[in-house]
Amino acid sequence: MSSITSDLTTRTAKSPRERLARWFFFACAAISIVVTIGIVVVLVLGALKFFRSTGVALGMAPGDTVSLSSYLLEGKWTPGSEPQQFGLLAPLSATVMLMLGSAIIALPLGLAAAIYLSEYASDRMRSFLKPALEILAGVPTVVYGFFALVYITPLLDQLVPLGVGTFNMVSACIVVGIMIIPMVTSISEDAMNAVPDSLRQAGYGLGATKFDVSTTVVVPSAISGIASSYILALSRAIGETMAVAIAAGSQSTVMNPLNPVAYFSPNSPITAQMIQLATGDISAQGAAYHAMFALGLTLFVVTLAMNVVSELISSRYREVYR
Amino acid sequence: MTDGHSEAETEPNATTDSATMTDDSEDELKTHSAGFESPPTGETIIEAEDVNVWYDDDRALEDISMAVPEHNVTAIIGPSGCGKSTFLRCINRMNDLIDDARVDGTLKLAGKNVYDEDVDPVALRRRVGMVFQKPNPFPKSIYDNVTYGLEMQGIDGDYDAIVEDALREAALWDEVSDRLHESGLELSGGQQQRLCIARAIAPDPEVLLMDEPASALDPVATSQIEDLIAELAEEYTVVIVTHNMQQAARISDKTAVFLTGGKLVEFDDTQKIFENPEHQRVEDYITGKFG
Ligand SMILES: Nc1ncnc2c1ncn2[C@@H]1O[C@H](COP(=O)(O)OP(=O)(O)OP(=O)(O)O)[C@@H](O)[C@H]1O
Ligand SMILES: [Mg+2]
Repeated sequence: MSSITSDLTTRTAKSPRERLARWFFFACAAISIVVTIGIVVVLVLGALKFFRSTGVALGMAPGDTVSLSSYLLEGKWTPGSEPQQFGLLAPLSATVMLMLGSAIIALPLGLAAAIYLSEYASDRMRSFLKPALEILAGVPTVVYGFFALVYITPLLDQLVPLGVGTFNMVSACIVVGIMIIPMVTSISEDAMNAVPDSLRQAGYGLGATKFDVSTTVVVPSAISGIASSYILALSRAIGETMAVAIAAGSQSTVMNPLNPVAYFSPNSPITAQMIQLATGDISAQGAAYHAMFALGLTLFVVTLAMNVVSELISSRYREVYR
Repeated sequence: MTDGHSEAETEPNATTDSATMTDDSEDELKTHSAGFESPPTGETIIEAEDVNVWYDDDRALEDISMAVPEHNVTAIIGPSGCGKSTFLRCINRMNDLIDDARVDGTLKLAGKNVYDEDVDPVALRRRVGMVFQKPNPFPKSIYDNVTYGLEMQGIDGDYDAIVEDALREAALWDEVSDRLHESGLELSGGQQQRLCIARAIAPDPEVLLMDEPASALDPVATSQIEDLIAELAEEYTVVIVTHNMQQAARISDKTAVFLTGGKLVEFDDTQKIFENPEHQRVEDYITGKFG
């Protein structure tokens, strides 16, 4: 009896090995959080030095700072030439163009592919297509940029009556659109797979065709997952750098994203401008240097907001069935 | 329901009947001759002849032949796994949706073999509605659930009126009339199942297949559904699978007893099956000795 008692009261949870393991795992989790926080702090600090109202207080010369209002409201971005101007609207307009343009390509195609995979494809077809899609997602983005420059742009140049330049937003949008299709497809397909089969059966039982069931039962029931796939893919699109920098050039001009003609010109979004600043010959104390941080923070805020929205959508609608 | 028609073998099914004789045990033979009497009310609307179903290489149904009379409730009972749901899915070709299912034999709806080349399963399902074991309303409003079949089938008309009629017939109207535009998922299980019944009858099918429609419900909801089925039989032909003997006895006019191996052992008037079955095995099953 007493040996049972002593067995029952042995504390395995307090043994040195268990404690060590606990601390080790905690440290690993903590490191990633600390690093992330550190990056954000660096971004914010750099950006604070960029803006006049905070930068001067941090010891910057007023000439090396930019007022928040001119950053947010002006449309000329010329960090490398006199007079230096830092109007966010120019790179931001290119980012919005990239988002819209790649959305037009990726959202319908990605959703259609997801419907095919989830509703139409046989098991054999699916086991072949899903890995293919993952490979597509694994291609380095610089290869996509190269592909745009060498194939898509020359092709467009022949198709478009007035021709397109060597660098243009269309081919950047097309190639980024293609790049994010796998993301849209795989997240949407997961959402569609989660739709209970009983709902499909209900649809078929009421005399719906396969197309009807896909579009009126499966897609609406999976809409929250589809919406988050869209948002996540688009936040990936606006964060894309290499492919865009290669395909769309380095010029920065404020453009109307709703004007289709604008897409035939070169333009460079926030990410591409950051590359230029990072690789250019700039002083570590000047406004151009800190502009990198301001742009980085801007992009971070935008993508963070999109991820939060996507999270909200999926948690708000997740419990729709069952 | 009387027993006085036992000799009235005037139906053309007499031929299939004898066809079955050749390859089946004597047991089943009697069964079929009992089952193929002309029904007490209504004409035969569904007629299965030697229906076999395989899932891959597993035979789930073996030479099922039975004739379901119009405007009646026909119950299918039998132990779990004996192929009741499989048979029900043969009638509206829902088995087509299962990749490895294969159906063989003829199954006539109003005289037309639904497995003929020229039959469109989608069109078939518009005539043969189905209610499933677990309530499965769409994540749409109550109203949109009921109109779904109408929209899919391109039926025009006064949707408001059709919705009200269907919900009244399903004994749900009074509970939901003031919240038609709320989600069907917000209803209780029993209400959801009645919504599914309303949804199935809204497009006005000829036949209503019900696969254990009350198995997920409490006794009150169950008895509501049972009352409902009795009323539905005035307008529709109802084929219902149930695990509940009392339920079969209460609500059905005819009962088919399937036993393990996917065989139809006895098919007759419900009263006869429950009071004086031909087969010992059926009696054992009904009295709970096995199954
Ligand atoms: N989709 C399927 N794929 C493979 N085999 C199946 C499938 N559906 C049913 N079966 C098999 O067919 C046989 C009959 O199944 P069925 O579902 O028709 O039985 P049931 O009488 O409805 O049983 P229950 O009362 O448990 O619902 C079972 O052996 C089952 O394993
Ligand atoms: Mg079943």
